[in-house]
Amino acid sequence: MNLNATLFAQTIVFIILALVTMKLIWPNLITAIEERRKKIADGLAAAEKGKSSLQDAEVRIRQLEVEARAKAQEILAQADKRFAAVVDESRTAAKAESDRLIAAAKAEIDSEIQRAKDALRDQVAALAVAGAEKILRREVNAQAHADLLGQLRQELR
Amino acid sequence: MVETTEAPSASEYIKHHLTHLASGEQHSLLDFSVIRWDTMAFSIACGLIVILLLRAAAKNATSGVPGRFQAAVEMLVELVEEQSSSIVHGNRTFIAPLALTVFCWVVVMNAIDLFPVDLFPRIAHMLGVEHLRPLPTADLNATLGMSVGVLILVLYYNFKIKGIGGFMHELVAAPFGTSKNPFFAVLLAIPNFLLNIIEFISKTVSLGMRLFGNMYAGELIFFLIALLGGAWAGFNTGSILAFIGHIVAGSVWAIFHILIVLLQAFIFMMLTLVYIGQAHEGH
Repeated sequence: MNLNATLFAQTIVFIILALVTMKLIWPNLITAIEERRKKIADGLAAAEKGKSSLQDAEVRIRQLEVEARAKAQEILAQADKRFAAVVDESRTAAKAESDRLIAAAKAEIDSEIQRAKDALRDQVAALAVAGAEKILRREVNAQAHADLLGQLRQELR
Repeated sequence: MVETTEAPSASEYIKHHLTHLASGEQHSLLDFSVIRWDTMAFSIACGLIVILLLRAAAKNATSGVPGRFQAAVEMLVELVEEQSSSIVHGNRTFIAPLALTVFCWVVVMNAIDLFPVDLFPRIAHMLGVEHLRPLPTADLNATLGMSVGVLILVLYYNFKIKGIGGFMHELVAAPFGTSKNPFFAVLLAIPNFLLNIIEFISKTVSLGMRLFGNMYAGELIFFLIALLGGAWAGFNTGSILAFIGHIVAGSVWAIFHILIVLLQAFIFMMLTLVYIGQAHEGH
């Protein structure tokens, strides 16, 4: 436990070692540690952010789903309405067409009846006239009675 | 276990192991013409080991995924950083690395004590060196040398933080305070100044003595345990008991000594920080 010059040498070594540590060792390590701390903090923040944005996205998806469902419902309702309208329309159109066709047919039938009637009447008139002629030929001058016969034919018409 | 024809006595053995490899015989308590080569060589070697290991970690330090070695060093650095930042309030660009150096250096120096006590002296003996004490922290010169280093830093920071005037004022005004009256001011200044000087001296001496005392005592117990094994004298009951005693006591003491090695280094570092931290704060 004697004291000697070793003491001073040791003091100098001590300070040199501390200086070397300060210059060559401490800054690198503490920088690395601080950077890693920052990285970890950033990573955690990013994870947190990702989580919250995922939640946002989920909320938005739910919203979109609701909207889409409503829209689909609306489209279905519209289609139903449109379908009913088209059916109605076509029914009306068909009815009109059939009415028209019926009317046309009726008219045709009427005119056909008229024509038949006319023809029949002509024929009846001709027959009547012929008959009358046959009866009158013997006693009536055709020329003299031509006016009369014409008049009769007119009447029968 | 000196190679002589007859085995040395216990006191001779211990005396031999307590003799330093020095530049000369020391006759008085204080003799600054003598330097101890073993203490210097082993402490500088330990310092180099610490610096090289830490430098290896620092050079390859990345902020990405650290290697196992880097992670271990970083744990140490963070421990020191945490302690220094909680104790010293001010610029720590030198103080925190200083604390790291103190801790690592003292740990490695103390750890030499865990080598078998005869290993290094035996190797030295083979190389023709008669006396060698490999444990630098069991030499008061080494521990007191470091605590004088701390004292220098404490004084430096006192001057730096408080200025020459401020520090001088504190020396004469604390801890008893001062007075407006010049007579009482001088009367108070004398005990204040004396107490401050005593405080500086006692801090320095206790810092060095604490580490020295612990390591010296530990080393001495290792010597005594080594004597048990050294008492071997053939297969007889006494020798076998001593042999077993050596193994048991040696293991127990070495395991306990791991704690002392780390604890004393930690205490030395903490006190260094505390003393420097006090220099940053006025009374």
